[in-house]
Amino acid sequence: MSARDEILAAVRAGAAMRQAATPALGPVLPARATGAPETLRDRFVEMARLAGATVDPAFGRDGVPAALSAFLSRQGLGDRIVLSLEPSLANLPWRAAPRLQVRPGTPTPGDTVSVTAAIAGVAETGSLLVSSGPRAANAAHVLCETHIVILPAGDIVGGYEDALARLRREGGAMPRAATFITGPSRTADIEKTPQIGVHGPRRLHILLVDE
Amino acid sequence: MTGPAVAFPERAKAALADPVLGTALAKLQSEFRRDRAAMLSRMPEFEALRDRAMAIRDHALARLDALLEEFERNVIAAGGHVHWCRDAAEARETVTALCRAAGATTAAKSKSMLSEEIGLNAALAEAGIVPVETDLGEYILQLRRETPSHIVMPAIHLNAGQIGETFRESHGGLDADRDLGDPDALLAEARATLRRRFLEADVGITGANALIAETGSIMLVTNEGNADLVHSLPKTHIAVAGIEKIVPALDDAMAIVRVLARSATTQEITSYTTLVTGPARETDADGPRGFHVVLVDNGRSTMLAGPYADVLRCIRCGACQSLCPVYGAVGGHAYDAVYAGPVGAVLTPALDGLKKAAHLPQASSFCGQCEDVCPVRIPLPSLMRRLREDSWRRPDIPVAGKRLIRIWAWAARRPTLYRLVQRIEIAALRLLAGRRGAIRSLPFAAGWTAARDFPAPEGGGFVDRWHASRREPRS
Repeated sequence: MSARDEILAAVRAGAAMRQAATPALGPVLPARATGAPETLRDRFVEMARLAGATVDPAFGRDGVPAALSAFLSRQGLGDRIVLSLEPSLANLPWRAAPRLQVRPGTPTPGDTVSVTAAIAGVAETGSLLVSSGPRAANAAHVLCETHIVILPAGDIVGGYEDALARLRREGGAMPRAATFITGPSRTADIEKTPQIGVHGPRRLHILLVDE
Repeated sequence: MTGPAVAFPERAKAALADPVLGTALAKLQSEFRRDRAAMLSRMPEFEALRDRAMAIRDHALARLDALLEEFERNVIAAGGHVHWCRDAAEARETVTALCRAAGATTAAKSKSMLSEEIGLNAALAEAGIVPVETDLGEYILQLRRETPSHIVMPAIHLNAGQIGETFRESHGGLDADRDLGDPDALLAEARATLRRRFLEADVGITGANALIAETGSIMLVTNEGNADLVHSLPKTHIAVAGIEKIVPALDDAMAIVRVLARSATTQEITSYTTLVTGPARETDADGPRGFHVVLVDNGRSTMLAGPYADVLRCIRCGACQSLCPVYGAVGGHAYDAVYAGPVGAVLTPALDGLKKAAHLPQASSFCGQCEDVCPVRIPLPSLMRRLREDSWRRPDIPVAGKRLIRIWAWAARRPTLYRLVQRIEIAALRLLAGRRGAIRSLPFAAGWTAARDFPAPEGGGFVDRWHASRREPRS
């Protein structure tokens, strides 16, 4: 018998001995994952900041390049960005911020600032759901020291499930990688001391676009 | 008797005398208690979330065969491969063969307890494939040739000074003047070194925090983001997972996420929670071309059919370790097992056999805090008690005081004799105590009298006093 069949036979025998599963308990959603759009927006901002992300408002899509440029110069992060190929980003008025050097594509190890879109913002924990695909490299979410996400306020949902429903509605099948990102990369492995920026970004910045 | 059961008291004694360990564990446990209380105050529905997580895990175990088949179908449909391994040796061979087939000379790894369980790193090294741990704690341990001492905080037993020395010894060409004394300098050094290793790795090896039957996805949960580099930069991704890690659907995985970080680190959620489904598609901007899931049984299917099946609900958060007073006194290494603390006391006998691991369920005060904090409500004290009973019945397993307890049980079934012996004992202790009413040192209780006096018994035994009270009319 193959390892597969042997394991499955043993599992079948074992599973049959478990009592019929606990009476199906319905989904439990924390209250903080529910609310009116305006409430969810404010909660998202609050929770994202608690998780160590920074959030700036951008007034309308046309305001994004200027807000982004202002953030970079405020933080002393230079003018170069690698822009993810997602359609919602390509048609922003990048010429409005002439100082920005925008390279569309996938970041390589030398790049420091990556700008991407997201599937959704999750109010519950201030998380962003991002996805890889033909126009979105996984590297754009983890490789650079600074990750900037441009998020329309209308894309903020309550809970993780709502964000996943959006992901699957847009693409049908699952993408290769979908990640809930909550704040910057961190560790507490040395003496339990919280530290920021281990392998992933040291900075996670969210430009929240209110239309 | 050979093996760890003999050495446990020795290791525990050594651990108790280690001031670095003592400081680290005291910090871990006091901060965990404080931060968990704060987490609970922010999440009023936490008990309901635990009930939900437990129900999902129970449900998955009761349908594990069907869910595993569904998972396999969906991994294949997404373009991946599934490999089934009966035991640790098969799992090591399978992963090694996959690495060889990929032409790998180095493998970047993100933290996986299962890979510790099956001894993967040694097998890879033997096959000429250099495994590189990328979780900061695991990386430090790999350089020191140590094993994790906690499920989610693997290097909790070390201080910054020790880690600095390790980096100085292992990273060639570090300037002797370079200050590596504080955590930030250590982090910068590790980030730079590991980034190079990521980019040169041929294969990425991860564990899986959950396997999702509905989509054939695996879930990876980290704070550092290392798993996301491991699964996306090399051209082949291999995930190793225990067969019990299945949940039916995506939403069920998110219900696990809601209790996992809150229990492990008291965070709301970790920085990165990733669902990986298959290899890169033809048109994807990046990602590996090969995706393999190695499913490992290694005793789990046997456990499922027995009295310890509830422990298969475990989601490896380590909360039972972070609160356990025994773990807090001796640390993870004293247990000499991949999984330390209360959950390890139940898992290890099932994995390694009771004879080798009989000392673990003895190392508990049965205070019950492990069950109180377990996000999937595993009845750890009951399971440990049951393991003690199993040990008791096995003539080949020595249990401390087994003979004395047998003698006591024999006497207890003979009330007249028992009371006679008791009266003699009480009289002897009173005589020893003299007017002070307390005894400075007792030969059979040296551990007790080393630090305090032993009070002499007052009055008679229970039965004598019972009869006396019945003779005297109540006033």
